[in-house]
Order: sequence, then C-alpha cells, then structure tokens
Amino acid sequence: MTAVQPHAIGTALTRLDGPAKVTGTAPYACEYQLDAPLYLHPIQATIARGRITAMDTADAQATHGVTAVLTVFDAPKLADTSDGDLTILQDNQVHYRGQLIGAVLAETAETARHAAGLVRVDYDTETHHTELSPEDPDLYAPEEVNAGFPTDTTDGDVEAALRDAEVLVDQTYTTPHEHNNPMEPHSCIALWDNGSLTLYDSTQGVHAAREKLATLFGLEPGRVRIVAKNVGGGFGSKGAPHSHNTLAIMAAQRVPGRPIKLALTRQQMFDVVGYRTPTIQHLKLGATTDGRITAFRHDVVEQSATVKEFAEQTAVVTRMMYASPNRATSHRLAKLDVAVPFWMRAPGECPGTYALEVAMDELAVACDLDPIELRLRNEPDVDPETGNPWSDRRLVECLSTGAERFGWHPRNPEPGVRSNGEWLIGTGVASSVYPAMNMPGNAARIECTAPGRYAVAIGAVDIGTGTWTALTQIAADVLDCDVDAVELQIGDTDLPSASVEGGSSGISSWGTAIHAAAQQFRHDHGDNPTPGVTTTAEAPENEDAQNYGMYSFGAQFAEAHVSRYTGEIHIARMLGVFSIGRVINPATLRSQLIGGMTMGLSMALHEESVRDHRFGHIVTRDLASYHISAHADIPEIDALWLDSVDEHSNPMGSRGAGEIGIVGSAAAVANAIYHATGVRVRDLPIMCDALLS
Amino acid sequence: MNPFAYHRATSVQDAVTTVAERPDAVYLAGGTNLVDHMKLGVAETALVVDVGHLPLYDIDHLDDGSLRIGADVRNADLAAHPIVRSRYPVLARALLAGASGQLRNLATTAGNLLQRTRCVYFQDVTTPCNKRSPGQGCSAIGGYVRYHAILGASPHCMATHPSDMAVAMTALDAQVVYVDVDGEHRLPLTDFHRLPGEEPHRDTNLPAGALITAVEIPAPLDGAHSTYRKVRDRNSYAFALTSVAAELVTEDGTINSARIALGGVAHKPWRAHRAEHALLGQPAGEDTFTAAADHELAQAEPLEGNEFKVELTRRTLVATLLGLMEGHQ
Repeated sequence: MTAVQPHAIGTALTRLDGPAKVTGTAPYACEYQLDAPLYLHPIQATIARGRITAMDTADAQATHGVTAVLTVFDAPKLADTSDGDLTILQDNQVHYRGQLIGAVLAETAETARHAAGLVRVDYDTETHHTELSPEDPDLYAPEEVNAGFPTDTTDGDVEAALRDAEVLVDQTYTTPHEHNNPMEPHSCIALWDNGSLTLYDSTQGVHAAREKLATLFGLEPGRVRIVAKNVGGGFGSKGAPHSHNTLAIMAAQRVPGRPIKLALTRQQMFDVVGYRTPTIQHLKLGATTDGRITAFRHDVVEQSATVKEFAEQTAVVTRMMYASPNRATSHRLAKLDVAVPFWMRAPGECPGTYALEVAMDELAVACDLDPIELRLRNEPDVDPETGNPWSDRRLVECLSTGAERFGWHPRNPEPGVRSNGEWLIGTGVASSVYPAMNMPGNAARIECTAPGRYAVAIGAVDIGTGTWTALTQIAADVLDCDVDAVELQIGDTDLPSASVEGGSSGISSWGTAIHAAAQQFRHDHGDNPTPGVTTTAEAPENEDAQNYGMYSFGAQFAEAHVSRYTGEIHIARMLGVFSIGRVINPATLRSQLIGGMTMGLSMALHEESVRDHRFGHIVTRDLASYHISAHADIPEIDALWLDSVDEHSNPMGSRGAGEIGIVGSAAAVANAIYHATGVRVRDLPIMCDALLS
Repeated sequence: MNPFAYHRATSVQDAVTTVAERPDAVYLAGGTNLVDHMKLGVAETALVVDVGHLPLYDIDHLDDGSLRIGADVRNADLAAHPIVRSRYPVLARALLAGASGQLRNLATTAGNLLQRTRCVYFQDVTTPCNKRSPGQGCSAIGGYVRYHAILGASPHCMATHPSDMAVAMTALDAQVVYVDVDGEHRLPLTDFHRLPGEEPHRDTNLPAGALITAVEIPAPLDGAHSTYRKVRDRNSYAFALTSVAAELVTEDGTINSARIALGGVAHKPWRAHRAEHALLGQPAGEDTFTAAADHELAQAEPLEGNEFKVELTRRTLVATLLGLMEGHQ
C-alpha cells in the first residue's frame, strides 16, 4: 500500500520548531500571554484513605490577593463522574494520598501556594492498603488489559510442555513504580467565557482531551477548544487529561472571563498524573537442550486504583515474540488506595520485554548457547498469536547487524571472567518489539494559500518528538512540493480531528490522513489549484492491519563495567539496531531511538518511585531523589536501522519510532551486568548493593 | 511558602547586625538549597539577608602555605582553582563530584557547609520529622533509608549530611572562620557539624546569627597523596551512598600519616579517626586497609534497609586507599 514517493521524506530536515524553542519564543501551555490571569494552587489530601470532615479556609480567604478557595464542600458538580481519575471534589472521600481536594485561586502563583498551605483539613482516617503483593487474596482478572488486549491467553498445553521440558527457566522478575517525569510539568490555562471553555493544555492529544473534558463538564464539544502548540514531553502521562485539568476548569467557571493558570510542581507530578504500576512477573520457559522453546508461561501481578481501573498489558509481548507451540499469559490486578496508574513509555511491552528478554538470557545460559543463537533458533515464520505473515519483521537481521557493529563475537559466555583492573566487563543483548498502530478518527485539511503554496491542517501535537518537521516532510511529498511550500497547522481542536500522540501511532495515523487529503485535493482541484480552495478528507482504515503481524523490531546491545569492590555500574556503550520501516527523518528518528534506549538504561539502573506504605505516597518526589539517567551515565550510545519499507503499514511505508527504543534496553543492560559479574539480578533497578555479595 | 522580606546586605557588619536583631532572619548566598526549602515550606523565614554578593570571594594562598577560601567562592570556581587542583586534589575531586554544573556555578563555600539533609521525610512537610519540627518523630526509622546514617545516628534522627566538599575539608583539617557581633572566631570543621543526639534540628555548632566569612585549610603534608571517591546511584547529580576523602603519606611502604573522612554515612562528615590510627606505622596494602576499615566500621549501626552501606563503605575505603597507592607508584 505504500503510495508516497519519498523526496523530503528520508532527509534529515532540521527541526522546524528548533529556532523558536532554543530562543524561548515557542509558547508552552502556561506561557500564553493572556490578560489578567489568576493562579491556581492545589490542596492535596495528606491521608491515603478516609473522609474529610472539615476544611478551614478562613486564613486562606483572608490572605491579600486570594480570589477564591475551592473545597470538596463547595465545588461545582460535574456532569459525568464515570472517570474516577478526573472526578474530584464531588464528595468528601479520600481515595489516595495526594488526591486533589481543593485549590486556592490568587493574583500570583506565590500567593496561591502560600494560601493553600494555610488551609487546615480534618479527616476521619481509615486504614489504607497500598502495597502490591502476589499473595493478595483480592487479586482479580480485569475484563481486558490496556489497548483492548485479552487478559489471559492459552495456546497448546503449556503445563504438559513445561513438565516434559528438558531445560526449564522458572523465575520471578519485578519492576518498581516509575513516574513519567516529562521536562515540562503538567500545566494548563483554562478560560471560561460565555459558557465556552478554552484550554491551553500540555497534552498529547487535543481532540482526545476535548472529548473527555466536554463529557466531564456536560458541554457540547463545539464549546470546548483545546490548544497545544508545543509540549515539553509526555511519555504517555499527557495522553489523557488528569484531575489537575478538572481543577483548573472548575476554577475557571468560578471566575468567568479570567484565565486560570495551573502548573503542577515536580512533587505534585508524583501524585496525580499517572505512573507505571509496579509489576511482579513470573516466567516459565521450557526448552529442549538445543534451545528450541517448547513452552512460555508469563503471569503478571500489578496494581490499579480503587477509583478507576488501569491494567497494563505487560505479558502481551510473550504472545507473539518467539516461536513456541505452547504459550500462556495472564494478568491479575490489585485495587489499591493509590492514584491511578496510566500509560508510561511503552506500557506493557516495556516491562514485559524486560522480563522476557532476561528470561531468554537465562535460558541461553541454561542451554549453553550464545544468546543471539537462542533467539535465531526460535524465530517464528509467522505471527505466533494470529498465524498471520509478518509485514516486515527482520529481527534476525537486526541481531546479526548489531552483533557485527557492536563487536559481539568472539564472546566468552563464562560470566565474571573479563576485567580491566578493578572493573569487571560484560556484554548483553536483548530483542525489542513494538506494534505498528494506526489510530482511527483522523482527518486533514489542505488549502491552497497562494500559487504553489499549501496550508496543511490536522489536530496533531508535537510533544518534542519532531511532529512539526516530520509531518511537513510528509505533506510536501504527498503534495509533490518543497517543504518550504507547506505551512503546517497542528495542536488545536479547531483543526480537523486527530488521534492522540500515543502508542507510537502519531506519524503513521496523521500522515495517512494528510496523504488521503492530498489525494482528494488533487482529485478535486488538480495540480494548479486556485488559491483559496480547500479539501478535507479522512484517513481510510488500513485493511492490511488485520492480515499481517505488523511490528517494529530491534536488537539492543550493552557493555557493562562493574567495580569488583563497590558494585558500581558503568555502562560503557549501547547500540540498538532497528527494523522500523521507512524512515521519515533520520535526525529526529535517531533522537527518538537513543532517547528511548536511554530511558531503558534509566529503567535498568535508576528509576524507582519509592512508596512509603505507612503514609501511602511516593517519598522520592523530585528529580534529585527520583533518578533518571544523566549524561554521565551514557558515554557512548548509537542507534542504527535497516534500510526498509513496510508495504502494509501506511502510505509512507513507515512505522512508529517513539517507544521501541525503550523496549528491551533494560534487559540488554541487565544481561550485560550478569555477564560481567555472574550475579543475576531480577529486580529493577539494579543498584550497587545487589552486586556486593 | 511564606511571604518574606528581603534585605541586600551592604557589608559583613551590616549583615551580622541585621540578623542579630532578627532571630527569624536567614542568610541567603547561592540559594540552591534555601530557596527550595522556602518553596516547600521546610524553611519558614520572615527576613532573607542576601550575602551572596559580599566581597568574600577571594582564594588566598597565605605565607604559611595554607589556603583561605572566601565564604562566597562558588563551588565551580574553587574546584577550578590551580592551587586547589595541584595541592588539594581531594578537594577538587569532591567539589566536582557534587551536584551539577549549574548548581556548582551558584553554590557557595559557606552555603555548601550549611546545606541541610536531603532526607525525603525532612523535605516533605506532610511527613513527621524531628529535624524540621522537633518532637514529631523520625519517619526515616522504618522507612526509606538508602541515604541514611550508619554511624553516629540517634533514635531521633537518622539523617546524613549531603556535602561532598565538606568531607574533603574535614579530612584536610579545615577551620571555619565566622563573624558575629563580638568579632571573628574560628572553629575546626570537625567540630562544626554535629551529631543529631537529642537536638537533631541543630545541624551545626555555629552560633545563631553568625556569618561564615571563610574556610582555612592548612598546607598539605609533604609527600601526601589524596583523592576522593564517591559511590552513588548515578554518575552525576546524585548524593553519596558513601564517600571517602583520603590522604596518605608513605615512606618505603610504611604509612606515616593518614587522614580520612567519610561522607553519606553520618549526620556530619565523619572523620575516621579509628581507621587513621589503625593505619599509622603499618605497611600500605590491602590487608592493612581492610583492617583499618573494619576497625572504623565496627561502630556502625545500620538501619533495616541500609545494612549494605556498612559493607559498601568498607569496600569503598579499601578501594580508595588502594587507588591512592596505585596512583602513587
């Protein structure tokens, strides 16, 4: 179905939004200059479960510069309370610590923050339960898991195959709470005027946000406008509105005509804007002595919240990654007194692949096989889950190309034997995978603005990934013009409908709509259109999606150095080789891939939100105590990709690149640490104390 | 965050007399720690007296070979100073192991000494903390203690002092010079920071209202080799799980002098007197170093959850001393 002739596509066009961003003139949500803004500061619950009995707002109300104080006792009623994440201030119940229970609105941000601290809250406290345990008697099976996948699957006779297996790996892997922490905090400006809402929001999807918020407040979608021209990262956490949006809109309704600014503090971002659930993953791999896998079993325990269910699809990767006639997966949830977990950086695939790819490394050791060879021996000809052919897999090429470029061979499989002075040295490999998704509900508008010049409009967003640039390149090619002739318009619900920037589906979905609009435009108006003519068209459904196993794949390599004295871990280098379909822009692609790989390194070694179960909240609540990898942690990192075109994914022949970089990288790092030390650590993050034995 | 008044001090004398009259006042220099605390509600002050611009930014190499470092010398400038780099490598390395480039550009010498613990419970006003609010209790006990003390703690506070610079200065027998309304005084750095005892809200023995004007470091010993090693959970912008500032003088393989301080393990930079004593006169080598480390850490009392820091500190000390010997050969 590839229909686009690449000219601008495939070139390393410099980011079109770069100059505005580095000169500070690109407005982010809270930076729009509106007249006479007011500032909002949330009041948060300091218990994890119970009931608010009183909120004394007298001192806050009396503070000079305070306009209003919202509490659970006097907030406006929402039209729809079915979304437990967004529903706040509707009663006096506290469901998790940090829950938004009020706010102060004031003339300055400082006054609002000060006065919020003056509000005294009394509670009837109830016993809370925030600790995930595989022994929890209340674990349950959700109806489905995120992205609509089945909760459990069984193919073949897994138990019999495991019983008869010549080699068995039977281990439990855990990943901790992790928080997305985009650089730009969640923030918005809400303006309520004449029964209509304008929201400047830091969001990954303006139309998706509008649908949620219009429902919440009982508004016609046409009375809600959402603007997001520049977004400083989201990593999933801005894929849907959260309760801070509810709060800002409630405040805006209290003071019609005044813009209400709300920017969460870094600490507040550990409370109310989503996070990755901890996962407890039990894997069993059965195999023959020569490394043919006969059975997979992947059972996951993870958490959700009492107010809303979110079920991370952690085990789905095991359903399709490698050949095996017998495969079983399951997900069980605990509903805890915690904030709602949500999308974070390849939800499902990321933690699931960590566990699967470390288990594969353990199987390679058990079978005395090179870990790359083990993967080659279990390469499936067709998608094991559906029986469909692959659209463009090429994992074997990723592994072999990577092995050559990384210098994988020769490799002594014996762990803990290579060193340089104090430092033990090891190498690790892992596979990557991420589905190629095209979202429904996309349309684009093309207008001839002058002879040979076009405005291309779609309500897409750029969350820092390069959308402004990549969509301009696609638009230029589908219109057969130079990129300079295209004026791209995105980030506004006034533009044609677009799906959320999530699931690595943005460029595929939006590009498909722009392609469809261009075709219709040329059909309607020819090659020399009169300025002023316009065409809007919707993206067609991709019929190949049902008939092909459509995924990106990759192979990641890491070299770990571990101090034999202190267990300190230094990752000397990382390399990823990816099968990613046609490349739209190699510069922004490389940024996304090495960014994802860095996040995987960060997951392997650093990231952990520590929940203190006595209080119920995350106590590592800033970027000094919640560690993400720093530059010094990554001396050498590179990403390569196969020259490729996916004939089935979309008209560009491309696949998404946002998330695959993080998938598998933590496993490559963990496997390298094992090879360096001989110590197999299965609980992330891996820190020096685990290697002190 | 509270409303507060701001006064830009015109001189050291002006600063000291202003604060002497206002017990609710605090000094502001780089602001890298205090401003965070004001925003979080950890520090509630009515008057901020800015001393960051006062003429306390010279680094003087004195006639007796010692170094006098002005209180407002930025960490980045101190680390880059040729005399610090050549004569006090332990100090240069400690400075560069701390914080981030941006923070080191702002943070001052005196402010670094006076920074407060990064205990997560101290920094979160919704959790009890004896250091922030005496009598509330210590939330670290039974909680998240990865960065907490294994030496010299009390049942009232398990916090650690977060500085790297101060650990090196402690090993180097630095003196803190301060001024109050009675004039100029000196305090050995080893006596400057306190153990928590029953008054964990008191970090230091600096009298109320006193203003640090300089830190003085004696000349390094002849033939000394020194270094700083910091073990942390990421390679920059992370506080020490444990750190070692060490200086050795050896002659024909025998240790003639040893000065050692540990960071990340106590409420103050921990001068390892026991280890130093165990090293003196002994042959430099792994066995001696291990015995010295064991001797020092015999007094360790870790918490549930940070027991590993005893072994980690022992190994880090040994590796640091071995590294000094290797670099020396």
